[in-house]
Amino acid sequence: MEKISNTALIEQISARFGEQTFEFSEPIGLLTFETSKETIIDVLTFLKTELGFNFLTDITGIHFPEAKLPIGVIYHLHNFRKNVRIRIKVFLEDEHPSIPTAFVLWRGADWMERETYDFYGVNFEGHPDLRRILNMDDMVAFPMRKEFPLEDPNRVDKKDFFFGR
Amino acid sequence: MSLDKMSQDGGIMVTKLDDLLNWARLSSLWPVSFGIACCAIEMMGAYSANFDLDRLGVFPRPTPRQSDVIIIAGTVTFKMAERIRRLYEQMPEPRYVISMGSCSNCGGPYWQYGYHVVKGVDRIIPVDIYVQGCPPRPEALIGGIIELQKKIRGESLLTSS
Repeated sequence: MEKISNTALIEQISARFGEQTFEFSEPIGLLTFETSKETIIDVLTFLKTELGFNFLTDITGIHFPEAKLPIGVIYHLHNFRKNVRIRIKVFLEDEHPSIPTAFVLWRGADWMERETYDFYGVNFEGHPDLRRILNMDDMVAFPMRKEFPLEDPNRVDKKDFFFGR
Repeated sequence: MSLDKMSQDGGIMVTKLDDLLNWARLSSLWPVSFGIACCAIEMMGAYSANFDLDRLGVFPRPTPRQSDVIIIAGTVTFKMAERIRRLYEQMPEPRYVISMGSCSNCGGPYWQYGYHVVKGVDRIIPVDIYVQGCPPRPEALIGGIIELQKKIRGESLLTSS
């Protein structure tokens, strides 16, 4: 089975979605591009059904507080037949970020989206069971956001006198 | 030691009931088969053939209701803390806790920062033996179990403390 080149992939994706996919790049050979939350499900469906990216490797999040759209959701897909990987980024607004769920395409997206919700507060519309997965249920913050304080300011067990200083 | 006080030739031993009970308890310390993080790998190594904790009577049980000791082997997150507390409460008394490794001793590498780690398992359950290391070698865990045996040897079940 011959491998698809990144150039061929870019051509096919651009021919289908035009301006809706942008910022194509290839860091360390991994084809990466951005799209918007309106088109993400169409893009994922196209990649899964037409281009053979049958496996959803991971969904993660990222937070760039300086950017105009600070919260990012990143999809990693893998084409098993041709052993090609691809990465899609979608950036969202800071206040109540939300994006359609990929659960309709891959059942495995369930826990990945719960994790992204848990740490970044991204609301996945249509997700069947969107609640925290790793942190405690009564946690109120989203700890991977940059505004989250690293240290609890009320901690007393690190005072110098405990260590003879 | 008290079991060394054997009679000369009759095959009769004279000992205190406390000592007999303690000898029986410390020779069959059954831990809950329960591991949380990388320390559990070392714990499994200690259970298996090379180190063979079985020779000390340490044999993991699949339920806390049959166990004497729980080895907290790994990072105790807040979410896990509730479960550990519950496991501990299900164990019949007398029960013992071995805290294995830096994470469960004091939070370990997560002591400085972190929203998710309990800074020491002794904040939720009482700990008898602390085993240091990150993770401890199996020898260190075996040392911790021998220390626990020493502690049990000094106890008395019959006199109320």
